[in-house]
Amino acid sequence: MNNTSENVAAYNFAYLDEQTKRMIRRAILKGLAIPGYQVPFASREMPMPYGWGTGGVQLSAATLTPDDRLKVIDQGADDTTNAVSIRKFFEKTARIATTERTQEASVIQTRHRVPETPLTEDQILIYQVPIPEPLRFLEPSEVETRKMHELSEYGLMHVKLYEDIARHGHIATSYAYPVQVEGRYVMDPSPIPKFDNPKLSDCAAIQLFGAGREQRIYALPPHTRVVSLDFEDHPFDPSKADAPCALCGDTHSYLDEVITDDAGTRMFVCSDTDHCQTRRAAGHDKEDAA
Amino acid sequence: MYVAVKGGERAIDAAHDWLAEQRRGDTDVPELGVAQIREQMTLAVNRVMAEGSLYDPDLAALAIKQSRGDLIEAIFLIRAYRTTLPRFGASRPLDTGAMDCIRRVSATFKDAPGGQVLGPTFDYTHRLLDFKLAAEGEDVPAAAEARDAAPARVPHITGFLGRDGLIEQDAAGDETPPDLTRAPLELPATRALRLQALARGDEGFLLGLAYSTQRGYARNHAFVGELRIGAVTVEMDIPELGFAVEIGEITLTECETVNQFTGSKTEPAQFTRGYGLSFGQTERKAIAVALVDRALRWKELGEDDQGAPAQDEEFVLSHADNIQATGFLEHIKLPHYVDFQSELELVRKLRAGADGAPEAAE
Repeated sequence: MNNTSENVAAYNFAYLDEQTKRMIRRAILKGLAIPGYQVPFASREMPMPYGWGTGGVQLSAATLTPDDRLKVIDQGADDTTNAVSIRKFFEKTARIATTERTQEASVIQTRHRVPETPLTEDQILIYQVPIPEPLRFLEPSEVETRKMHELSEYGLMHVKLYEDIARHGHIATSYAYPVQVEGRYVMDPSPIPKFDNPKLSDCAAIQLFGAGREQRIYALPPHTRVVSLDFEDHPFDPSKADAPCALCGDTHSYLDEVITDDAGTRMFVCSDTDHCQTRRAAGHDKEDAA
Repeated sequence: MYVAVKGGERAIDAAHDWLAEQRRGDTDVPELGVAQIREQMTLAVNRVMAEGSLYDPDLAALAIKQSRGDLIEAIFLIRAYRTTLPRFGASRPLDTGAMDCIRRVSATFKDAPGGQVLGPTFDYTHRLLDFKLAAEGEDVPAAAEARDAAPARVPHITGFLGRDGLIEQDAAGDETPPDLTRAPLELPATRALRLQALARGDEGFLLGLAYSTQRGYARNHAFVGELRIGAVTVEMDIPELGFAVEIGEITLTECETVNQFTGSKTEPAQFTRGYGLSFGQTERKAIAVALVDRALRWKELGEDDQGAPAQDEEFVLSHADNIQATGFLEHIKLPHYVDFQSELELVRKLRAGADGAPEAAE
């Protein structure tokens, strides 16, 4: 994005014009008022491609104030390329402070993970969402799925989960695992691993979900009850790799599997890089788990 | 030894530098000027303006230069620029009947008032590589005679059919059409909104869909009633003045198809219409839009749903935008290791279950 740096002065704070931000804020407020409901909004073309976080970027642009401190993560890490690109975009267009520390951030934009560190009431977590419709792969038509939500017609989803159990003995969904919000709307939590699903419920922070290409915003106000769909005899299981982190020894954080040599040797490390570094700085290492 | 995915920032900067170098190519070859692209790559410029939804040949040419000739990337640049522009009003409806045509052909009548004007078309060229163009100093013949033959103002061909009641009449309406770029697309859409979406839709996608209707997937027997290309003036009402002012002139391609129609439960036998309008000289696009428009009108005309893709409004409108499509398609290049990790664990778990005592179907 170095080619745009000279032109940035011509753009408004955080890129979008104030009218557009107002339109997005109205959609956010509506989303907060009806938790889990997908609010259509007039998504704008952003200077990054659809599918690369344009929904999250528009939410961040509408949410950020000059005093905010932004953290951007992708796959739990601050230094993955797309997280770097989005963070740089806001450093340029909003000239705001950024951080890699979860605790220091007032706004966190994320793709595919929820930070391990519990969030507070002073924070907003913004999710990038590719396909906001949890029923999409059961019913391709948007006209139909909106009707299904209207009528709370979620039988199809339960049948799908039941068929998984009948066929495999487990529910064969490991990420973007559907949840139900306050007993009403079934919602896609974005493609986070199901390990992260419990963090959505009773979270102190505001959680906003933005799908730019699909033109949808939805939200969870603080302390909303969010339940992962399951059956009494097959309760939801937020699984992860059964290993400690090879760097900080944590046995409770979500792990990435890294192949370290040509022979295919593997090691497991925390996906949340800030969490891992904070633990190591506090003196934890792989011996902890022993 | 674990090598963290650090250094994303440096890698991005280095990639951008390399990209800039590749864009320029061999520095012994003179650099392309934006004006050269605007004047000599006009059809590319036209496509970028049409699908970028912004009529500005200079910016479109700049986008083509910046994108190394990748037209979808150029369209993307234009779209991203366009969203930052304030919308301060709408023009008056364009009068394509008053078009200053450079091309105007009809496939339904041998001759009609105004005549057939081929204009600058590839249609009857033999597609033989012209090696003279590879040599320096080409020799351009003067086209003055052809240009003088172009009619100033000609009536629409479909108007002649309308006089006899042989073609359906499009009801005139005063309602302001919705703006796709300012309101989320809600389905079902009106015809005006559909045409708006098709006008900025991907040429290749629409070509394929239109072609599918010709091959029997919702066949609608289209004739090109008229295809016209030329300049029209854009007028805008200025509230402070109390009258309309000409604010510019744009070149458009308009295609009206005449489609055979033997009548349905609700409509008498008559010809029906398909319509396509597109910025610049973009005739393949305009014809494709007209065919797809006609296919999408099945419900309104009381025709059968054949289950063809071109009849499915939600399918067509959700997938016609190449900026949405390319972004989502290419996003699978981004890291997905968190999701993949959870899939790995699931597959291992399922395999472990299959190897040992099956716990399924208890």
